[in-house]
Amino acid sequence: MSLPKLSSPFLHSGASVTQIMLQVLAALVPGLAVISWYFGPGPLLNIIVAMIFALLGEAMVMVLRARAIVFHLSDGSALVTAALFAVALPPFTPWWLTAIGVMFAVIVVKQLFGGLGQNIFNPAMAAYAMVLLAFPKEMAAWTWPYGLSEKFNASAYLLQQIPDRVFDGISQATPLDDFDIRSTAGEIGDVILRGDLYGTAGGYAWETIALAFFLGGCWLLYKRLISWHIPVSLLLTVFLVSGAWYIADPNRYAPPTFHLLNGAVVIGAFFIATDPVTAPFTAPGKILFGIGVGILTVFIRLWGAFPDGVAFAVLLMNMVTPLLDQFSQPRVFGHR
Amino acid sequence: MGRHGAFRGGVHPPQHKTQSLSASIQSVAMPRILTVPLHQHIGTDAICLVKPGDHVLKGEKLARADGYVSAPVHAPTSGTVIAVEERPVPHPSALYSLCVVIESDGKDTWTTLTPAEDYTALNPSALRNLLREAGIVGLGGAGFPSYIKLNPGLDNPIDTLILNGAECEPYITCDDALMRERAAEIIGGLRILRHALQAQQCVIAIEDNKPAAIAAMEKAATNVDFPIHVQVIKTIYPAGSEKQLIYTITGKEVPSNGLPLHIGVVMQNVATTAAVFRRIAYGEPLVSRVITITGGAAVNAGNYRVPIGVAVSDLLGLKEGQQPALLLMGGPMMGISLPSMQVPVIKTTNCIIAVGQGEMPVSLSFRACIRCGACADVCPVSLLPQQMFWYARGRQFDRVQEYKLFDCIECGCCAYVCPSRIPLVQYYRYAKTEIWAQEREKRKSDAARQRFEARQERLEKEKRHREEKLKKRKQALLDKSPAADTNQSIAAAVARSKAKKTPSVDPDRHS
Repeated sequence: MSLPKLSSPFLHSGASVTQIMLQVLAALVPGLAVISWYFGPGPLLNIIVAMIFALLGEAMVMVLRARAIVFHLSDGSALVTAALFAVALPPFTPWWLTAIGVMFAVIVVKQLFGGLGQNIFNPAMAAYAMVLLAFPKEMAAWTWPYGLSEKFNASAYLLQQIPDRVFDGISQATPLDDFDIRSTAGEIGDVILRGDLYGTAGGYAWETIALAFFLGGCWLLYKRLISWHIPVSLLLTVFLVSGAWYIADPNRYAPPTFHLLNGAVVIGAFFIATDPVTAPFTAPGKILFGIGVGILTVFIRLWGAFPDGVAFAVLLMNMVTPLLDQFSQPRVFGHR
Repeated sequence: MGRHGAFRGGVHPPQHKTQSLSASIQSVAMPRILTVPLHQHIGTDAICLVKPGDHVLKGEKLARADGYVSAPVHAPTSGTVIAVEERPVPHPSALYSLCVVIESDGKDTWTTLTPAEDYTALNPSALRNLLREAGIVGLGGAGFPSYIKLNPGLDNPIDTLILNGAECEPYITCDDALMRERAAEIIGGLRILRHALQAQQCVIAIEDNKPAAIAAMEKAATNVDFPIHVQVIKTIYPAGSEKQLIYTITGKEVPSNGLPLHIGVVMQNVATTAAVFRRIAYGEPLVSRVITITGGAAVNAGNYRVPIGVAVSDLLGLKEGQQPALLLMGGPMMGISLPSMQVPVIKTTNCIIAVGQGEMPVSLSFRACIRCGACADVCPVSLLPQQMFWYARGRQFDRVQEYKLFDCIECGCCAYVCPSRIPLVQYYRYAKTEIWAQEREKRKSDAARQRFEARQERLEKEKRHREEKLKKRKQALLDKSPAADTNQSIAAAVARSKAKKTPSVDPDRHS
């Protein structure tokens, strides 16, 4: 009788990478649903295109690296990268832009660094930064959140047949962008915030989207897929730092609620900055990481060239992740 | 003694304890052949005292302890020694080791046993010696010779004696059964240990998933003239690990390179304590123990009192036509997988698990680490398992040690929760083994270098000596003819050489 030789432990909790990735995708559903409610089918199509090309890119690398395609694609990480990247895109993003961005994320940022778990930078955010710099016109193509009205035609979108003059009629800057331009031009903050675009607490549609991502994020916390350290420290830092400037000059700067509810702060705090591969894993390291992302996000928003700063803040903090881990090791049992 | 709360980390694997707890402890039929390894403990192998053909009685010493950290081995039954040879022993690599093979005579006759009538009359040293000669080692799984733990030395007064009845590993129930049925023996052993250590307080720690054992121990503890505290602890793996349990009970951390006695604590397993009692009260050396047989492929799940040396194949009843997917000795978290059923039960065997098909994952493929940190969250020692894995895999052994590899207790919590199913503990064992091998190599090369340097030094010294001697001689020669100037000495030398060349008859030479 021959018996297999294995090493202890022989039991396993049943947790799997695939399961974690699918749960992260599930936690994104409320946010995605609300985005589509306001911006039409565009965001969903972006995600589908992104997922297809992410899997394609991953499969190509697996072929080149002579690895088992199904085994590696089934980890689900490419799908999460695709979803997080696509969520950041305007609803009318042309499919080729989505494809280029997501292939860059999967092939260059992840696989060229060694694949799952080896990348230094958050793939979705690195890809977002790349397309933002490379295709500024397409990346600014946000619209008024009309909802699921007749103005959105999925096939027209897919075939890139929305003529510029039609698009001009529906395009609209995001609240972050709008406030940035107008307050820099000297308009009083309070007056700007009274516009329809700014909704009840910070941005029409955007505040609801933020709430939906917040709910999904809380579910991740409840399922212990993420720990509280990064979301709490990040959100608190954004609140305090933007609040400090608001108190100093309320006419020039937006209130902290505006900063929390607009752009990528909430989804960033729960879904992006918490990416385990590129964030620290010690508790003090996570807190410092969250604080760093929070400060950089607000500073880029207030004085940077871009309306939002979450992507660049995350990428900058990714660089110091090994350092944070190195200097925040826990005390080992029995060592004084 | 207040509750200090649990240690950090830990996991809650499914218990699987009920299937082996349906009946009380049973005995087994004495098999014809018993194989008794000489290495059943931590430390050096015992030295064999018998040869093939010898007739031995049950309890007779087969091998004596070799040095301080070692333990003697006794005959588990009466019979004839038929071989003293290398046989497969319980080891994951199917290692062979020296064993005394006994053919039972079926009579199971005890040798003359000498109980200690009044152990309180014995001083701690004499008491320790009795236990040492009885071959008693830690039965919880480690197999550390118990008498050493009873010798803390004058610098380490023992405040607390803790009996470990936590039994936190899934499947295993032998300590539970023993506490239920032999509580008096355990309390008897506790009295003896307390006397040997002069301990101030006594605690029996039991996980809260064993209410019957807790009740039995509490009942037995009431008839004693000193306070015994039965402390119920939360069921969490690895609550029974020595350092973690001491922390749970006392709130004190055993220092990284230290022993429990350095913080005034001694811990003994409950089964070990019962064995101590049997030695002192009945004179019995350690020749049998209670083990759990369980697992999906076993038909005879339960607890058994088993003579040391019985082959696993003689104990385990398998379901018809079913080959176990795995055969484990010890628990599923820290046990070893046996390569065959032809290995004997030894002193540290607490459990045999015949794992049914599909009962435990036997997948060998794993994914890359996603640094999720689940391993660090459950590590009871606060290590960073993912970093240790990273460096162990990259063979950066100095870095692994910086991450405190040698504080790892190999409990397996990290691998249990790892979503990538990385065999983390295997990597740590690998790193430890490599480091030990490197250190051995280094010691060897250091010794060689020292030898070489010593030789060089010796040669140098000899050379120096020679030169000095030469110089002295020269000096002495010069001193003898201090006035002679160079020309004179040259002339003298020429004259000498001429004289040599001139053939002359030397009367002495030809005499």
